[in-house]
Amino acid sequence: MELLSNLALGFGVALSPFTLFLAVVGCFLGTIIGALPGLGPSNGVAILIPLAFSLGLDATSALVLMTSVYYGAMYGGRISSILLNIPGDEPALMTTLDGYPMAKAGRAGDALVLSGFASFFGALFATIGLMLLAPVLSRIAYQFGPAEYFALYLLAFSTLGGIASNNQAKAALASCIGLGIAMIGLDNQTGMPRLTGGNLHLMDGIDFLVAIVGLFAVAEVFIFIESHGKGSSIGVKLEKVTLPVRDLVRGIGTMIRCSTIGFIAGVLPGAGASLGSFLAYVGEKKWRGGDRSGFGKGDPQGVIAPEAGNNSAAGGALVPMLTLGVPGSGTTAVLLALLMTLNITPGPTLFTDRPEVVWGLIASLLIANFVLLAMNVPLVKIFVKILTVPPWVLLPGVMMVSFVGIFSLTGSYFDLLLMIVFGIIGWLFRKLDIPTVPIILGILLGKHMEDALRRAMILSDGDWTYLFSSGISIGLWAFAILGFVAPFFLRHIIKKPQAITD
Amino acid sequence: MKTKLRALALGATLSLVGSATLAAECIAPANPGGGWDFTCRQIGKILHDIGQVDNPVQVTNMAGGGGGLAFSHVVNERSDDSDLIVAASQATATRLAQNAYAGMTADQVRFVGAIGADPGVIVVAADSPFQTLGDMVDAVKADPGSVAFAGGSAAGGFDHLKVLMVLKDAGFTDITKVKYIGVDGGADAITQTIGGFTQGMTGDMSEIVGFLQSGEVRALAVLTEERVPGFEDVPTAKEQGFDVVAVNWRGLYVPKDISDEDFETWGAKLQAVADSDEWKEAMAANGLAPFTKVGGDFQSWVDGVIADTVELSKEIGVLQ
Repeated sequence: MELLSNLALGFGVALSPFTLFLAVVGCFLGTIIGALPGLGPSNGVAILIPLAFSLGLDATSALVLMTSVYYGAMYGGRISSILLNIPGDEPALMTTLDGYPMAKAGRAGDALVLSGFASFFGALFATIGLMLLAPVLSRIAYQFGPAEYFALYLLAFSTLGGIASNNQAKAALASCIGLGIAMIGLDNQTGMPRLTGGNLHLMDGIDFLVAIVGLFAVAEVFIFIESHGKGSSIGVKLEKVTLPVRDLVRGIGTMIRCSTIGFIAGVLPGAGASLGSFLAYVGEKKWRGGDRSGFGKGDPQGVIAPEAGNNSAAGGALVPMLTLGVPGSGTTAVLLALLMTLNITPGPTLFTDRPEVVWGLIASLLIANFVLLAMNVPLVKIFVKILTVPPWVLLPGVMMVSFVGIFSLTGSYFDLLLMIVFGIIGWLFRKLDIPTVPIILGILLGKHMEDALRRAMILSDGDWTYLFSSGISIGLWAFAILGFVAPFFLRHIIKKPQAITD
Repeated sequence: MKTKLRALALGATLSLVGSATLAAECIAPANPGGGWDFTCRQIGKILHDIGQVDNPVQVTNMAGGGGGLAFSHVVNERSDDSDLIVAASQATATRLAQNAYAGMTADQVRFVGAIGADPGVIVVAADSPFQTLGDMVDAVKADPGSVAFAGGSAAGGFDHLKVLMVLKDAGFTDITKVKYIGVDGGADAITQTIGGFTQGMTGDMSEIVGFLQSGEVRALAVLTEERVPGFEDVPTAKEQGFDVVAVNWRGLYVPKDISDEDFETWGAKLQAVADSDEWKEAMAANGLAPFTKVGGDFQSWVDGVIADTVELSKEIGVLQ
């Protein structure tokens, strides 16, 4: 009953015409952002955040817009995967494996429709999961003291490191760089400035938005300039779009299994949508008999599996972000930044302090999902058109949006310079194959992690065994160590499939 | 893409509009949404509504350095601008006292008035063994390590100092032994206290209202002269025998080199705002208690607060 009244409160917020309008705009922009190669959900959300502020949106509206973009990008990523064999975003990588062969076999329309429905199912599954699980998870909040929080942050770093890269050392290095950047600014425990060189601009630390836009968007433009703008073109023509009923019915089991896997992967802090789609695909392939199945050769189920998985993971990742303040993926890390800028502290008290924000968000996710289904199945042709925008128009636009966005947010030239520096770092790291998501996570969470450790030490008079003094913290430590070490061994057992180079 | 660009153009236009008017300007040294922003917007609006200024007061947000960026801007570039007011609070005074503004000092501006304050409180979980402030102080005296406090400010910040002021008043001198952790805001501090990780929470009245109503915490004392309207069942520290008043005042400072006449004029305008019904409503809606001091009276009061903070900060070692 409580659930229903909460949901009613949420729909009361989300069904205002303005919020509804924002949800539609967000879904539309998100789908485009997802569909455009290179622009993934995290860059998309990062680029649009400053706009949300310039438009003077209140907390709920800004959140609705951004999560619609987030869900939209998760849908949109599949379009270029299927048509161009270029994943529109990282989680859509697995969709290329069967989506592109299907498109080449003349079933591009079927692949788009099937993956659209799979996305819908996965996202709906996750939103319902969020609704049912989040309040339960939020009640454990009072069990979390400094020691538990420290272990939780550690878990986020170690699992993210294990997934974001094929090389643990590089991911760990990136995390440490992020942590180092987080040290800049006022020390939270003593209020004294650190590593600022006496520069007042650095007193508040480095704004994570500056880092995010620099590392993702600006670096993307540098990469483009370097490659002398090799154009993208549509390799596969999309003829007509029909509803492949038979494949859809056969895919229901796949959707349920893959959504479940995806949701669990999403809820684990640091795992996120890429892991969700990867596990869903690999799991479903095993279920269907490994190499003897048609997976990899254009099997419709091979399109359904990763899309259900990654969209479900996207919703699942909102659970730890909202209830614990710990993001479950790169994009939720960006959303966390948004919440903090809006003066909303995600975490244990969010559900009790700001129910209108949380339930408004959940209701708008449900609405966004239906809007997205409509956009991505009957109207999919519109988005296919957009893929023909030449990159030499698109990328300068991205650069401009980045500059104006950051400047309108902070009003400081210093931050613009900083953003370019981050762009160069991002470009360099892409060359070196060092993942940039752990850097963002380091900047975002580094301070909190440090604070948690120092608080724990103050409370325990410097006794380090305090960090392992409760069942929760011991469990989190175990998972953190496992999450970091396991990929070493798993990598030999389950090889991450490479994208088809054809 | 088109929509995106259009929205962008709109954003760019919005941020360009509204410079270069002759109206008074209020600098909020923080991003929109916080306490300083509230001070500027509310006072600015009421000043215009009750006819104290002719044009609407223009609010500029200048975040950075915990208010230090705005402070340095005023000191270095606007030092004789009589149309400028800047939002300030107890945090401004604490930071100035603790030299957190890169060497700048309180005498580089003039504090013109405070018209409202968020009363300091000391809170425990509902099931805490402490029934009065005295119980808590006795426990700290017996074993300082057994009572840890959580607050929304850094160590040495105002929330920390509140506890130390009470303990010092009770004759406890070994104040470096007091355990305090600074967390991200009052709600976090309360969560830690309800969870039993800390035994007491120190913060502002506005931070605890929701938790008081839900019955999850008890307020042992409010640090004001008299009980706060609306919270009559919370006793003051004073009536429990601890002579400590600590409130997070909301007010303004002005540039140093304006004439005494201009200074007095701003003081009078603030007094008019304080007396207005609009301000009383705004205070009630935001958990502020009445606290009005303007002009020279306020300046000397702030000087006193800063001197006390310097002394206390040296004792706990956050200031050399």
